[in-house]
Amino acid sequence: MELKKLGVLIARNNKLYFKDKLQFFASLLTPIILIVLFLTFLGNIYKTSFLAFVPENIQIEDSLVSVFTSSWLFSSILATSCITVAFCSNIMTNDKITKVYLDFKITPVKKTTLQISYFISNFITAFLVCFTVFIISLIYFAIIGFYLSFVDILLILVNIVLSILMGSLAASIVWFFASSQGAQNAICTLISSMYGFLCGAYMPISQFSQTIQHFVGFIPGTYSTVIFRNYYMRGILQHLSNDLPEQAIDGIKVAFDSNFKFFDTQVSILAMFLVVIFSIFVLLGIYLLIIFIKNKKFHSKLKIKTSNKI
Amino acid sequence: MNYVVEIKNLKKHFKEVKAVDDISFKVKEGDLFAFLGLNGAGKSTTINIIAGALDKDEGEVLIDGINIDNNHSGISSILGIVFQHSVLDDKLTVLDNLRYRAGLYNVSKLEFNKNLEFLSDKLDFKTILNRPLNKLSGGQKRRVDIARALIHNPKLLILDEPTTGLDPVTRILVWNLLGELRKKQKLTVFLTTHYMEEASEADQVVIIDEGKIVANDNPINLKNKYANDFIKIYKYNKKLLTNLKKQNYEFNIEKDYIEISLKNVAEAKNIIVNNASLINDFEVIKGKMDNVFLNVTGKQLKEF
Repeated sequence: MELKKLGVLIARNNKLYFKDKLQFFASLLTPIILIVLFLTFLGNIYKTSFLAFVPENIQIEDSLVSVFTSSWLFSSILATSCITVAFCSNIMTNDKITKVYLDFKITPVKKTTLQISYFISNFITAFLVCFTVFIISLIYFAIIGFYLSFVDILLILVNIVLSILMGSLAASIVWFFASSQGAQNAICTLISSMYGFLCGAYMPISQFSQTIQHFVGFIPGTYSTVIFRNYYMRGILQHLSNDLPEQAIDGIKVAFDSNFKFFDTQVSILAMFLVVIFSIFVLLGIYLLIIFIKNKKFHSKLKIKTSNKI
Repeated sequence: MNYVVEIKNLKKHFKEVKAVDDISFKVKEGDLFAFLGLNGAGKSTTINIIAGALDKDEGEVLIDGINIDNNHSGISSILGIVFQHSVLDDKLTVLDNLRYRAGLYNVSKLEFNKNLEFLSDKLDFKTILNRPLNKLSGGQKRRVDIARALIHNPKLLILDEPTTGLDPVTRILVWNLLGELRKKQKLTVFLTTHYMEEASEADQVVIIDEGKIVANDNPINLKNKYANDFIKIYKYNKKLLTNLKKQNYEFNIEKDYIEISLKNVAEAKNIIVNNASLINDFEVIKGKMDNVFLNVTGKQLKEF
């Protein structure tokens, strides 16, 4: 019975998100900014940076350079979208602002069911958006040059799911405490504008100062970004290794964040996945603890009042 | 006697303010119950406690015999509420709003379709089912709010100023529907309103002032107790005025009639009998709920 109500709430939350064009657009702001930046100047900058690693006596086809820079772009879009869409597709705070939450409070739906519905809806909407971006990237590469293996595609998909889980849980925790339009706008704008920089989506982490590189090593989102970079660029780099010397390939990997060092230690892909999974469990623990404390507080309040009466 | 609402010694304080101060009353099944008071008198606080949207400080609230402290989800299933302001999703269509809300009460598809057909017919919103809520007029939205509160066939319907700002036609539609549901399904209606003529139709009226109940009875008894009846005499012989003075009646001479305030109905009978030859046309008018409210609270209705 409660499961059916959960389904109804999720369907309602999702429909509401896609009906609200402004919110839909706001949650896509970061990927849109990225595409605009890429089309206006970032694309050229990365092309120049890439060609700097190519020895003068070697000619690389333009289409291969395009595939490489596009891989970088799509990995950036997905790395940011998984988090920002999850944050900005928030229905919970909207319900508090519009007092719709009051209507749910008077229905026979458990508070926990309502709270979980917001998290699942967040996950679904973010997944739908990111999955669409992923499919677009596959179609785009099919047109300009496809170098992704089945394993790459699968692991990108796994990373999308893990990154959105991480983003949705973080968003659910933050939105739990927000109940005003001002707070919602401020948080959404802050996440949209800051996260792209922090996770190295706008510019490679390797170009940051040493201190900032150390700092972003503590942000789990950084590892999710590097995983995306790795699998999007692996195929094309493998293909380029036929023409380019190993030194050039290694240089490109470092410069374009296909590799990442935590202080001086090289972090393996497996370790990166483990960091993301560990973060998910920590965030899930915090979220469940908040729900538990909030609901326990409510019930104990009722008990105290009843016993006072007796 | 079957009571749908039983409130015993209910208290709710907001810091120093006693929003609800030790109130007790009962509402019979199938009754139209009017809960009157100025803004801030404690009406909405009481309603929110009944609905489970607010915790009480002290006292006991039983809905259909169930204590709200023990089984609130059981109570929610038999409760429908129309809030002062719409709490539906503005961007969703009328149909989606009603469908999703019905789903939260485990209303089957068949039952939902049946209820939707009935309510959209009675409240006349069939043509706007596929329109988003933010494209509707105030009156249309209010009709949808009422339909939302009734979509799961509740036993108790709480209406928090449901007809404020409604056009007369819509108001009639709403009251006709509620009348039908009270008759057929023994629906109990718990109403707060600014319209005293609506309160006059109630089976029981409770007036709350500064968190305390100051009157609790049926409208007739309240009118007899707190509002004077009066008689209007339209066509009369001028000698009547001299007689009334002699008989120590207080009266006002208006352009087309004389208005005499009465202590009771027997007084009206005496005036007519004693001055039968001098009076050609008259009417006896019962006291109004406005006067009841004014006399009980000492406050004007316009303060609402």
